[in-house]
Amino acid sequence: METGDGRRETGDARSADGASTDGVNRRDALKVMAAAASLPILEGMAGTDVEAQTAAPAATVASQPARLSSGPRGTASDPDLLRPKKDWPRKLFASELVTLAALCDVIIPADAKSPSASAVGVPAYINEHVSAPYDGNARDLVRVRGGVSWLNLESTKRFGRTFAKLTNAQKTAICDDICFLPKAKPEFQAGARFFDLVRDLSATAFYTTDAGMKDIGYVGNVALPKWDLPPAAVLKHLGLL
Amino acid sequence: MAAYQLAVAGLKVLVLEAGRTYDPVRETPMFQLPRDAPLRGAGTREKPFGFYDATVDGGWDVPGEPYTNAPGTDFRWWRARMLGGRTNHWGRISLRMGEYDFKPKSRDGLGADWPLTYKDLAPYYDKTEMLVGVYGGDDDLENTPRSSPGVLMPPPAPRAVELLAKKHATPMGIPVIPAHLAIMTKWQDAKTLPQKIHPTNKLAQRVLRESMLSRQACFWATPCGNGCSIKANFQSTTVLLPPALATGNVDIVPDAMVRDITVDAKGKATGVHYIDKNTRTDRHVTARIVVLAASACETARILLNSKSPAFPNGLSNSSGLVGKYLMDTVGAGIGGQIPALENLPAHNTDGASGMHMYIPWWLYKEQLGGKLGFARGYHVEFGGGRGMPGPGMFNGLESFTGGSYGKKFKEDARRYYGTFMYFDGRGEMIPNEDSYCEIDPDVVDQWGIPVLRFHWKWSDHELKQAVHMQTTFAQIIEAMGGKVQGTVQTDGNRAIAKGGQIIHEVGTCRMGEDPKTSVLNPYCQSWDVKNLFVTDGAPFVSNADKNPTLSILAMAWRTTDYVLEQISKREI
Repeated sequence: METGDGRRETGDARSADGASTDGVNRRDALKVMAAAASLPILEGMAGTDVEAQTAAPAATVASQPARLSSGPRGTASDPDLLRPKKDWPRKLFASELVTLAALCDVIIPADAKSPSASAVGVPAYINEHVSAPYDGNARDLVRVRGGVSWLNLESTKRFGRTFAKLTNAQKTAICDDICFLPKAKPEFQAGARFFDLVRDLSATAFYTTDAGMKDIGYVGNVALPKWDLPPAAVLKHLGLL
Repeated sequence: MAAYQLAVAGLKVLVLEAGRTYDPVRETPMFQLPRDAPLRGAGTREKPFGFYDATVDGGWDVPGEPYTNAPGTDFRWWRARMLGGRTNHWGRISLRMGEYDFKPKSRDGLGADWPLTYKDLAPYYDKTEMLVGVYGGDDDLENTPRSSPGVLMPPPAPRAVELLAKKHATPMGIPVIPAHLAIMTKWQDAKTLPQKIHPTNKLAQRVLRESMLSRQACFWATPCGNGCSIKANFQSTTVLLPPALATGNVDIVPDAMVRDITVDAKGKATGVHYIDKNTRTDRHVTARIVVLAASACETARILLNSKSPAFPNGLSNSSGLVGKYLMDTVGAGIGGQIPALENLPAHNTDGASGMHMYIPWWLYKEQLGGKLGFARGYHVEFGGGRGMPGPGMFNGLESFTGGSYGKKFKEDARRYYGTFMYFDGRGEMIPNEDSYCEIDPDVVDQWGIPVLRFHWKWSDHELKQAVHMQTTFAQIIEAMGGKVQGTVQTDGNRAIAKGGQIIHEVGTCRMGEDPKTSVLNPYCQSWDVKNLFVTDGAPFVSNADKNPTLSILAMAWRTTDYVLEQISKREI
């Protein structure tokens, strides 16, 4: 997708399911709302074609009795929860994502139990997060962008290359200086704040994937016929047996 | 509840809903994972409790529908503009108020007494619990009533963290007992319950039987707060409105923003003005009886905005008390990391999504003896464990790991996952003169309706209670061998949640024995307008630590019984 200023954007592949983001502009969306709300019964609207709904006559008004559901309106406060969209434009440059991918993989590398952060799409999540249309996310965008620039400058200063091109030992040498804010030297405080944020975002992204959930042993979200006490091994571990 | 009870009794009911219609059966994301949602499901301005939260068009800020705060007040008003309102979004915690809770002033001289006793409401608690499906234990503790035999569903087996807390809290004299939640742990007995609940009403028995047969027991997965497509928990959109609609006596008009209640020359309510949100046009519907169940603050707003020559200060406000004695629940909490939970064998801790065990208030005697420095109690909601990974799950882990990254970080994640527990106090607030809502003379919303302005002040009772909560929870965490996260506050202002944040606003149209000191009579009927009733949290005289929804439902049922009686006596 191209943005207004012609910058190339990297998109999370998942956002592709959101049709084209700019396809439904705000005014069209409002029209859909008005038309949809004017129909007395819209059972199953969630699965129907939005265009067809807009074509319906909007002559009747909403004072007709309704049954239980008119379905989601597709607005930010009433999104389709069954078919989520992550369709805001992504802001990070491809080059920034290369640096972030390298850093994520230093934070969460592959090991015997699970793959690396970049292998499960962590950089795309960071892009989704910092591009989101909220104040906190906008602040994180500044921190991530500034951090990526700083990291590459620091890498070049110390080793003559950008971060992604460093050896593992060189990457570690820098990360050791910024991995823990309370112990970071004054000149590394900003870098440490950036590292903190990327570590938090990477952990969120990684441990919400199948691979991440499996790694830490989340085994819920399955329907069970009955609910029992915890397994004996658990009770024993806790001294409850 | 009122719509259901009046409809099964054969009355024609028109429900005006300020938001859209909503059907959890069709719309609930049941097994969807955070990774499928924007921002891994994190809360946003438009979906403050997370993307998958059942609330539609709601939250702390509703665009186009502001409210204001008086200087020095930072009250938060949660609204849900959707069919079923907040019953789609709540903890399902269903604790009965006890004997003390109805007569708090008689007990300690503070606040005011209710014009009814526990015994008056107990039969309605029983029927409500049978109707909606509530699990709970059979403990018989002070001011913590047990239900009649056969009413409750069996409580689910405790989780590991709940057993661990119980082991360490019990020697401290703190009881840990099965919680009561409006979640079905087994199928409702559709053969016998409808007759028990509605002994002489064939229509009610039929629609309730059909409704009960359409509900399933909890399958121990998916968060209740997202809604429940199998109808295992209580939300009015799955439990009360479908049988109400099945009577053929109910019409629902969505997107109908009520402006005011109209009255005739004799001061009787004639109907309701509302704005059709889709066409922005004013409409009027007439009715023999008007029942307000708009949530405590919205109900007060409608009454205060219903001004006429006969009622210049708003409707049902001859006492001047509409909007006054606004209460919320005292909230304070603290969390900790529990080393005993490290490296626990992987196992499923989802359960009924809400808590299986809780801590009821246990220091009644010490409190009455003046030993605590605050007059009312709190209960404790706690939990933790190996829940579904979500956004921010390992934020701040570096304070435990010294900033680890790389393979060590992955080992630390495995070690610390599921080792954090939280304890949240939910306490009684005593009504005071400084906490109320009124109409802001200068601000209207996008429908032209004057908005509410809030005034708020905690008393020392609440502030000290909040400190007691944090101090006590830290002691429990330490008794478990855990490390408390954050600072245990000695200043209650730093510990306590903001007014409104616990989303238990009640009390704006309190009931009572005397029209001079209350808005409603002991049956939630307006003293001033005989055919006007209130069936939300507004009639509450006090706000016990027991979460209000169950009591609102039971009270609403009692009120509709009175409405029907008044109709049959031709009083209204």
